[in-house]
Formats: sequence, structure tokens, C-alpha cells
Amino acid sequence: MTSAVDARPDHRSGVLGSYDGRGFMGPGLAALYLGLIVLIPITALIWQSVSGGLDSFLTAVTRPQAFAAITLTFLMSLGVVLINAVMGTLIAWVLVRDDFPGKRLVNSLIDLPFALPTIVTGLTLLTLYGPRSPFGINVAYAPAAIILALLFVTLPFVVRSVQPVLLELDRDMEEAAASLGAGPGTVVRRIILPNLVPAILTGGALAFARCIGEFGSVVLISGNIPFRTEVASVYIMGQVEADQPGEAAAVSLVLLVTSLVLLVTFDLVRRRVSHHEEPA
Amino acid sequence: MDHIRHRRPLGVGALTIGLSLAIAGGAVAQDAAPSFEAAPGALTLVAYTTPREAYEELIPLFQATPEGQGVTFEESYGPSGDQSRAVSAGLAADVLALALWPDVERLVEAGIVAPDWDENEYGGIIHDSVAVFAVRPGNPKGILTWEDLTREDVVVITPNPITSGGAQWNILAAYQAQILAGKTEEEAIDFLTRLASRVAVWDRGARDALTTFANGQGDVLIAYENEALFARDAGVPLDVVVPDATILIENSLAPTLIGDAPVQGQAFVDFLYTPDAQRVYARHHFRPVLPEVLAEFDFYQPPQLFTVADLGGWPEARPRFFDPNTGIMAQIFQTLGIGS
Repeated sequence: MTSAVDARPDHRSGVLGSYDGRGFMGPGLAALYLGLIVLIPITALIWQSVSGGLDSFLTAVTRPQAFAAITLTFLMSLGVVLINAVMGTLIAWVLVRDDFPGKRLVNSLIDLPFALPTIVTGLTLLTLYGPRSPFGINVAYAPAAIILALLFVTLPFVVRSVQPVLLELDRDMEEAAASLGAGPGTVVRRIILPNLVPAILTGGALAFARCIGEFGSVVLISGNIPFRTEVASVYIMGQVEADQPGEAAAVSLVLLVTSLVLLVTFDLVRRRVSHHEEPA
Repeated sequence: MDHIRHRRPLGVGALTIGLSLAIAGGAVAQDAAPSFEAAPGALTLVAYTTPREAYEELIPLFQATPEGQGVTFEESYGPSGDQSRAVSAGLAADVLALALWPDVERLVEAGIVAPDWDENEYGGIIHDSVAVFAVRPGNPKGILTWEDLTREDVVVITPNPITSGGAQWNILAAYQAQILAGKTEEEAIDFLTRLASRVAVWDRGARDALTTFANGQGDVLIAYENEALFARDAGVPLDVVVPDATILIENSLAPTLIGDAPVQGQAFVDFLYTPDAQRVYARHHFRPVLPEVLAEFDFYQPPQLFTVADLGGWPEARPRFFDPNTGIMAQIFQTLGIGS
């Protein structure tokens, strides 16, 4: 994950595994770790959701309330990813290309949404943009509240993906284009954006995955009204609370698989775009 | 970005994953012994969050008795359902203080709690409360009865009975109050539907609902008396209305069969039923189960007070009302959701 600005892959490292193919520890350790942390829990989840048979799985995910929650979650997540793709790129641009007092401070503020416990996020947003809003802005207990909470918690993804690419972007290209008569709009459209698209997609995909499973920041401000503002994670919590772990796992699996499909799609698009940019 | 591709024999990764699976399998098999290491002789209290402040007073009081001398405590607080599931999954516990009967009963089947845990003099209940209406100061909307909650000009806040076991008391209270008023079951369910249509926020749990209400949303919050009074003590501006027909909320207490300190655990349970301990609960706005202690405090006794037993008990009421897929509330949500 490109979360730190100066993180660059170091391909020459020879301690954990070298590129000549004889290293053992690196990949072994990685596989063990992935197995314990990701693979086993996910396998258990899949097992839990299908152990009741395909019929009960389908019943669980097509219940009107479950279906409404899943649909709402995906729509909200897609909207949030679109907004943060644009705004995150803009913020990254400002942080890299513009100079202003306090820039370093602003730069370090970007990651705060990750550090804040999400329930605190929800409470803060409710206080600021709820019925007692000091600004007179009340979005609470409506779909807009879900968007707001998700925008907050996923802001860092696109910013932190785009920032390092912008830093490395060769300004000579822009200057060359400008000297050949391209206006600022053309430079952005033809030179800068194509270079940024892969990073925007990476950040957007991560943000989407985070949105799908988000719980803490949404649960307090959305109102959890079934069919209107109840997101999938809250629905799942209800199933767990009612001792229906199979139903909970089934809906989780839908979220998981859809996220996976989307992440792979984003990755394919990203590869295609990157490939397109390489000189033939 | 360029990627140098590393070619690795596939076997290495597969082997490691297999190995990690085997390790995990072994770990599960060995997990029969409790993994939670309490201090030797420590008594582990697993409780829901609300009575926490009461236990902070009660534990030193118990330690000052001959039976409690030298007993050390480990305490765990959390939402009642989560605590119950944690114990079921292996969290060590000597004494359980949970919000409602089904959260303790869940542990009987697993052999963690004795089947007769609810057959003591008080039915396994350690303190009571009642479902009340928390309203804005001065009760500007004049909310006094359950019927008032369905008025067009009233906005209701309640936790969601599907995600919050505690909120189930609220729904049962609203329903049974209709039955006591002479309505048929069908009419009572219709009342619940109208009530649900006035609910603006279905919070996850009681504390979230209180936050929502304290933030200015809604005219009335259906709450437990102890929570509403606790909030008022904490400075939330609200008045408490006890409806004439309401449910007696019964909170459970049980020793476990799996604890490290069974003798001390039972002694602590016995201590909690003493008048001194019951007075501590009462000062934290729980209704004592000892009648003589209850009489010492100024709790309003609603004329039509009923219990979950009047609804057939939890084993009957829970699936009927709160099955997340087929229960009465799920059907109401569906009716309202599709209607909107």
C-alpha cells in the first residue's frame, strides 16, 4: 500500500529473498503470514456461509431487508469513491504542487481519519452535522449522513496513492507540452491525468473496500432505518445479535466477493491504462 | 510503476499455507483449556456495561466482608449479547451479570451455566427496571401514554430490537400495554406498526439512542428507567415519564460452572442479594429485587406492571417478535420499508 509518501519498492533487498529466485524466507514468511491473517479467517467465513447449503445462502442474501442493505451499501460506496477520487486527487495536487504556510501540518492531517476510532468519528460528525449542528447543517439519519461518514474515513486512500506519483512526475513533459503550445487544460488532460489514473484507481479501490465494511462511523449518524439508511454492516450485526451467524456470514460473503470482483476490475483497468502509457 | 517479477516454485507457497493451516488446526484442538489467564484466585465478573458504576462500589464492599476478604477481581464490561457470545467462545467467567435472560440461557447448552440458574428465590434476577419515556424538559408534547407515541406530531427514538437485545423490552412493553387495554393481538401488532412508523432513528443500542436523543433528535426516547435517570444525573436535560402500563425489565445474574473461583463466585452472588448490595443498585437507579429495600426508595409503581412471563416468557416471545427474518418486527420493517 502506498500510504507513505517516500515508500518505494526496493527490489535489491537480499536478506529476505533475492531476485535470483533462490531466497526462501521472504515468500515463505509472507505466505505463512497471509495464511494466518487472511486466508484462514476468510476460508472460515466462506465455510460458515455455505455450510447450510446453497438454498439457505440464497435465502439469506435475497431477503428484502438484506438486499436493501447490500444495495444501499454499494451505491453509497460507489458515490463516495467517485467524490474522493476527484477531491483526493485535487488535495494531493495542492499538497505537491502548491506552497502555502502550514503545508506540512495539513499533509500530516490527511492521515488522521485513519487514527481516529470510527465511533468517535461518528459522534463528532453527529455533533457537527446533526440536529444540533452549530453550522445549521443537518444531514443526520438520511443517506447523506452515510456519504459524509464514508467520505471522512476514506479520504486518505486516494490522496496517499496519488501523492507519490505526482512527486515523481517529470515536469519536463509538462513544460515540453506547454512549449509546443498546449494550454493548461490540455496538459492536465493529456499529460498529467493519464499518469495519475492508475494511482487514482488503486486509491479508489482501497477506499471502496473500506466503505463496504465500514461500521463504527456510520452506525451512529445513519439512523439505521431498515430499507432506508441501514447499511450492510449494521444489518449483519443484527443477524449476529439474533444468533443467526449463517445469515451474517452469507451477507458478508456477498460484500467480500463483490469487493473482490471490483478490486480485480480496477486492477485490470489500471494495468491496461499503465500499459497504454508505456512507449510501444 | 514497474514490477520485477519473481519466479518462485509454487510449492513453497502452497507448503507454507498448508503448514499454517495445520498449525491453526492444532491450535483449535488444544483450545479446550481456557486461554484467558486470570490471576490465581481472581474472580472474573463478566457484565454488561450499564451497571459498571454500581459494581465499582459493590466490589470493595464485598471485599470488606469476611467471605470477600482477599478476593481479587477481573472485570469485563461490554454489550450484553457480545459478552454472552464471548463467554460462549471461551472468555473465562465466574459470575455473569447480563441484561436479559436469553443472554445467560444461551450458555446453559454449552455447559457454562447450570440449567437451574434461574430457579433461585428471585428467578436469577438481580435487579429490575421499567420501560419509560424520556421526554424533553417540561414534556412540551404532553407525552404520557403509549398511544401518544403514535401521534403525527411525535418523533420517537428507540434502539433497534434486532441489534439490541435490551430494546426488546421496549417493543414488548408497547405491545402488551395494548393487550392490557383490551385490544386484540392483531390490533396490537397494528399499533406496533404505527409506532415503528414514528421512529426516526433505530439506534444500535441503548447508549447510542441516548446520544441521539441528547443531540436533539426526537421528542421521546423509549428507555429503561435506570438509563434515563443516569443520563439525567449526567446532565442530559430530560424528564422521565413512567407510563401506567409498562414492562418490568429483569436483569440476570448467574454464577458459572467453568470459573477459577467457584466458591468466591457463589459468595459474591450471595452478597449481591444482601440489602446493603441491593441499596447500591438502587442508588444507581436499578429497582432492587428485595421488596423491603425497594420500599426504602422512591420508585413509582405503575398500576399496570407486567413481565415478559405475561408474554409467554422469552423462549416464546423472542422468536415470535424478534426473529430477524420471520418475527413480527421484521415483518413490520418490511411493510414499512416497501411502503416507503
